[in-house]
Amino acid sequence: MRLTNIVWGAAVITAAIILTAVLSTASVKADGVGDAGPQTKAGKTAQIARGKYLVDIMGCHDCHTPMKLGPNGPEWDMTRALSGHPEDAPSLPPANLPAGYMAAIGGTFTSFSGPWGTSFTKNLTPDKETGLGDWTVEEFIATMQTGRERGKGRPVLPPMPVQNLKALSDSDIRALFAYLQSLPAIKNRTPQPVEPGNSQQ
Amino acid sequence: MKYLATTIAVGMFAAIVRASAASEAGGAAPVAPRLLTQTGLYANAATLKIDSRNRTFSPQYPLWSDGATKRRWVRLPEGSMINVADLANWELPVGTKFWKEFSFNGRKVETRFLWQVKKNHWVFASYAWNDAQTDAVLASESGVSNIAEVENGKRHSIPSVSECRACHDSKRTEILGFTALQLSDDRDPNALHAEPLTSDMVTLKTLIDANLLTPARPELVKNPPRIEAGSPVTRAALGYLSTNCGNCHNSNSTIASLGLDLKHDVTRNGECTPALATTVGKRGHWIVPEAQDASRIINPGQPESSALVRRMKSRRPISQMPPIGTVVTDRQAVDLITSWVQSNPEEWQQMVARCAA
Repeated sequence: MRLTNIVWGAAVITAAIILTAVLSTASVKADGVGDAGPQTKAGKTAQIARGKYLVDIMGCHDCHTPMKLGPNGPEWDMTRALSGHPEDAPSLPPANLPAGYMAAIGGTFTSFSGPWGTSFTKNLTPDKETGLGDWTVEEFIATMQTGRERGKGRPVLPPMPVQNLKALSDSDIRALFAYLQSLPAIKNRTPQPVEPGNSQQ
Repeated sequence: MKYLATTIAVGMFAAIVRASAASEAGGAAPVAPRLLTQTGLYANAATLKIDSRNRTFSPQYPLWSDGATKRRWVRLPEGSMINVADLANWELPVGTKFWKEFSFNGRKVETRFLWQVKKNHWVFASYAWNDAQTDAVLASESGVSNIAEVENGKRHSIPSVSECRACHDSKRTEILGFTALQLSDDRDPNALHAEPLTSDMVTLKTLIDANLLTPARPELVKNPPRIEAGSPVTRAALGYLSTNCGNCHNSNSTIASLGLDLKHDVTRNGECTPALATTVGKRGHWIVPEAQDASRIINPGQPESSALVRRMKSRRPISQMPPIGTVVTDRQAVDLITSWVQSNPEEWQQMVARCAA
């Protein structure tokens, strides 16, 4: 056996062992995104783009971006995109609906009143005090996957499509969070939900 | 030769990858059996005689579960010990099993089962009892809704596994009723809903006598853990809050960012307890609708503007606390916490001053 062959064989075996070690220790999932998220700038850009795509097609704006009246009827007020129920909007009184009606919707399409009480859509922008700025990605994932606030708290309220969200993959939820965290922070303190039968103070 | 070396290397690589994949596939990690009688709780499945290796215990501050009658058992693997080097965070040996049986109106409804199958990996399972009360069947991971009436049309549900984990999983799985404080031999006589201690129950002393703790910590017999408080009502109140709120609201929780810590740390007696430091006079995220400006998490002397009291009273999903595992207000607890918040202004002043210092 020539020395060059021994060196060649050793090199191939070493490479195989190193490759195995890398594959077994890296936390890479089938979708190519590890638990820590993408590590490169391009990867992060792609993740945010994926998050924007999901926000757009999943209809997040429908309730979390206040509506205003335009020439053709209600349209999103994108100056307040995804900032939830405006804190200066009129309060929606508890619904006292005739038979056959399930819920009432407030003027900006961001508050909803029904048998569960009154819910106000959340500020999803990364404002520290009033939005998702103090949330961790783990809390966001727990909320989406359990249908409870931060995974442990009260149920996420109607009309949030909790059952749909539970079907999201972990990496898609991370992409949603990455996109929302990339938005300009808008300070807007949304009201806490109101119990049924109580008027909001 | 190059071909031979390459073939050997690729073969080795494939073998390593296969072995790694098999290992990741779980190496057949144990799962909960289909029937409760297959979990090891009973020595005899026909008579439901409890296996003598399973020891009963009763936490001094039980969790409120809508008035359920509960029985609990633990089994530690033969020859194993509990690592209590960190008294606030016990490490239980792999193989440890816990059972908790819930009965309403004299009938067994469910038995929950926790089993540490690998280090820090616990199997969570609930078993629903059959009508004949002869065995219980593994419930779906999504739980079973409205399985038994507990009060005037309000019904108990078997929680989903994710709901179980919401309480038991902070940054590590914890057995909420099996801690130094819960098993202390210095039991709080005013603890709500506590069952009487019987001679066959596990306590800190029995664990130490049986040499089941490492390090041995004999000082826990001489000075058993207790909540140091200025009055019996404060001791009972802090104990109740520690069990019923502190399992989620603690500094190691995944919701620690809320800044609320109601879990009593037996290693921190004598300081301003976090249960007071993070609640008294604090505005909090949830505002009492009827109080608005005056609303505080705990407003000394004013239970009506204390969010903690208001949310304990509620069983509306939008505001109730705890949000999981209960559909009936714990009226005795509301009375206890209301009178605690309402009374004893001097003690409140001292507590607030200690926290301010």
